[in-house]
Amino acid sequence: MSDATANQSLTTADGIPLKAALARAEARARRRAFLLVLPLLAFILITFVTPIAQMLHQSVYNEGFTMHTDVITGERTPIMTNVKEWFDENPVGTEPDEEAYAALAEDIRKLREVRAAGSAGTRINYERSGTRSMFTKANRSITGLEPPYKEAFIELDEEWGAPDLWQVMRDASTPYTVNFYLAAIDLKKSPDGGFEGVPDNRKVYVNLFQRTLFLSVLITFLTFVLGYPIAHLLATLPLRQSNLLMILVLLPFWTSLLVRTTSWIVLLQSEGVLNDALVGAGLLGDENRLPMMYNQIGTVVAMTHILLPFMVLPLYSVMRPINPSYVRAARSLGATSWTAFWRIYFPQTIPGIGAGALLVFILSVGYYITPALVGGSSGQLISNLIAFHMQNSLNWSLAAALAALLLGGVLILYWLYDRLVGIDNLKLG
Amino acid sequence: MNSDVSTTQATASFRFSLSFFALLSAFVVLVVMNARASGLLEAATAMLVTSVLAAGMAFVLVSVFDSKRTAMIVLGAMGLVLGLFAGGIGGAIAGTILAVLIAHFVFWIHYRHYLDGLPNYLTSNEVLWHYTYLAICSIVFVFLIAPILVIIPLSFNVEPYFTFTEKMLAFDPTGYSLRWYDLLLTFGMNNPDAPRDLSWWADAWDNARWINAAKNSIIIGFFSTILATTLGTIAALGLSRSEMPYRRAIMAILISPMIVPIIIVATGLFFFYSALGIQNWGIPYLGVVLAHATLGIPFVIITVTATLVGFDHSLTRAAASLGADSFTTFRRVQMPLILPGVVSGALFAFVTSFDEVVVVLFVGALDEQTIPRQMWNGIREQISPAILSVATILVVISILLLTTVELLRRRSERLRGVTPQ
Repeated sequence: MSDATANQSLTTADGIPLKAALARAEARARRRAFLLVLPLLAFILITFVTPIAQMLHQSVYNEGFTMHTDVITGERTPIMTNVKEWFDENPVGTEPDEEAYAALAEDIRKLREVRAAGSAGTRINYERSGTRSMFTKANRSITGLEPPYKEAFIELDEEWGAPDLWQVMRDASTPYTVNFYLAAIDLKKSPDGGFEGVPDNRKVYVNLFQRTLFLSVLITFLTFVLGYPIAHLLATLPLRQSNLLMILVLLPFWTSLLVRTTSWIVLLQSEGVLNDALVGAGLLGDENRLPMMYNQIGTVVAMTHILLPFMVLPLYSVMRPINPSYVRAARSLGATSWTAFWRIYFPQTIPGIGAGALLVFILSVGYYITPALVGGSSGQLISNLIAFHMQNSLNWSLAAALAALLLGGVLILYWLYDRLVGIDNLKLG
Repeated sequence: MNSDVSTTQATASFRFSLSFFALLSAFVVLVVMNARASGLLEAATAMLVTSVLAAGMAFVLVSVFDSKRTAMIVLGAMGLVLGLFAGGIGGAIAGTILAVLIAHFVFWIHYRHYLDGLPNYLTSNEVLWHYTYLAICSIVFVFLIAPILVIIPLSFNVEPYFTFTEKMLAFDPTGYSLRWYDLLLTFGMNNPDAPRDLSWWADAWDNARWINAAKNSIIIGFFSTILATTLGTIAALGLSRSEMPYRRAIMAILISPMIVPIIIVATGLFFFYSALGIQNWGIPYLGVVLAHATLGIPFVIITVTATLVGFDHSLTRAAASLGADSFTTFRRVQMPLILPGVVSGALFAFVTSFDEVVVVLFVGALDEQTIPRQMWNGIREQISPAILSVATILVVISILLLTTVELLRRRSERLRGVTPQ
């Protein structure tokens, strides 16, 4: 090499500066790595993220009072346009006048034409019960209705004059609304524009959220209490024996969820194995068999069993590498076995406890199958209510709002898990 | 075990062992009498008598027999005879086991074999705690495994009950039958009572509900596993490269189907598929397969990235320097090494699909009955022991899968030279 080249920056054989060539090569490597992930990322975005985004949209968007979609042809017709116009012209709180009722009559004629009275009424009914029948009744008698419409409507049903009905219709005439979120936390809009709680006898959701949280905490605690000793045993036994015992933890993990739930029904129901055994042993009278199934006990026991491996496995993977000589050193320095455990061993296992507890808690908050099958009415969780609104009451927007709240909670916990534990450390057996 | 007792820590003492047995049996009697709400005097007498009897028997046992083995054999034979008279074959088996255990336990306590293998600095309280701890662990293991095992014998019940009948407990063959397994074949058939020739089997294959459910489950599971494993493995290769940008965030998105509550996934897919009109596309199972693939992907990512953690990248560089193109390198060098991870990921994905019911309920067409959906309906409506026979078959399958995954894990560790600590 001559002196001249030493002063220039280093280059590759092609004469490109080495720095630039390296940057280019690194960019290429990044691009290649990203291209490998891209197909899966696109797949997940389409089949997982988009549906959830659409669900979130559904929770703030309901066109039941603004648009009718024909079930068969898929044709879309705007509905309630005249009332909407009246709402736009008159500010909140205006007493509905003859013009408003005339607009209503016109719109209900339109509803009759496209057969949408039921669905429009249902949309109002979500927020004001008893309204659906008013719409269907008006739909039936609209042909005989004569001006003045205000009197005619009030004669049909005096609820048509209620100011809060008009307030609800005003809200519903724009498809975007937060009302379903309010309903999901037992609130509604008050006439003065603020929020107020729904009557006590209709409060459901806050209680259910509380119950879900309480039962999840309880289940997490139980899995910890049961899982800690056996994780410790598995971690301290010689590998050959612990691998054998590990099968007892992994077999439930691999067994179908429905199978495990069925097993618990068989064991715990009032004519089940456990009650029969207790009665047979004379420990329990035949008439006072313990109610352990189709209530909260059933949910808690079955879910603790199902989620226990998710606690044991993270605990085990943290406990296994702990060097036993620390505890021995503590003992030789005069610590009692309790002090050695509590001051030396236990603090080293806290990461495992955190990982296991967060995982179990996240999974139990959103649990659906087991509570649905063994929970009876007192053991239902928030997921079951979402399913109820999806399948039975068909209030999809409310279901979506409840699901969005649940999702928000789970994602916060997931973020926390990633921060504290790291997703990379998730292990399966 | 070693019957020669070391002199320093374990000397047999009748005072300790006999009072231990007396107290233990008194305690057992107390629990039973308490549960039966017996009178105080009656209970006290029973406790006294039993504790004296127990201590006496233990004394005789230890004094008469020199070796534990002889004691166990003799006592076991006595248990066998007594049990046979009391409760037939079932009683004989229970009696033998109980007697052998009692003999073992008496010698174990009397000769202080419980101190074997424990550090000799432990105080007696700590020894007691050690065994309490082992007892707690055993209870938890029983809690884990008993519910799964208990359904296996019940699925052979001849009666339509979910509990052990007296005939079953006595091991009377007439208490057992295969009728629920038979029902799995015949349920839904056109002519279940026809003679079992070829056309009967053809009928079962075409019409039996559970067979159709199994077919659907396997088809859905197969395609979703293929999809999840292919996409997941390729992505895991990218994710485990150090150059991967936004690695953490992307990983979080890809794992999230495992974390997000299933009801939310099902609700979202319900809206999404009905907006797309996917049921009118004419591709059977499409919606469910896509959803199940999504649910299986996190498992593939986790298992494959785990095998790639210890992957030595100089191997791929060596292959490249020897002239292999990147596909050949993948096929001949990387793939054989990560194959165990890929296969166990695929098994996880298959099991996830095979066990999934909520998405199928929400977005599956009516004729897309799968095994879990059929079980779900069975549990909700008329729970019959046929469910238990399905459950037993599924337990057997999961035992096989677990064994496979364990073998694969060990093979992978051996291949990569990772020895467990």
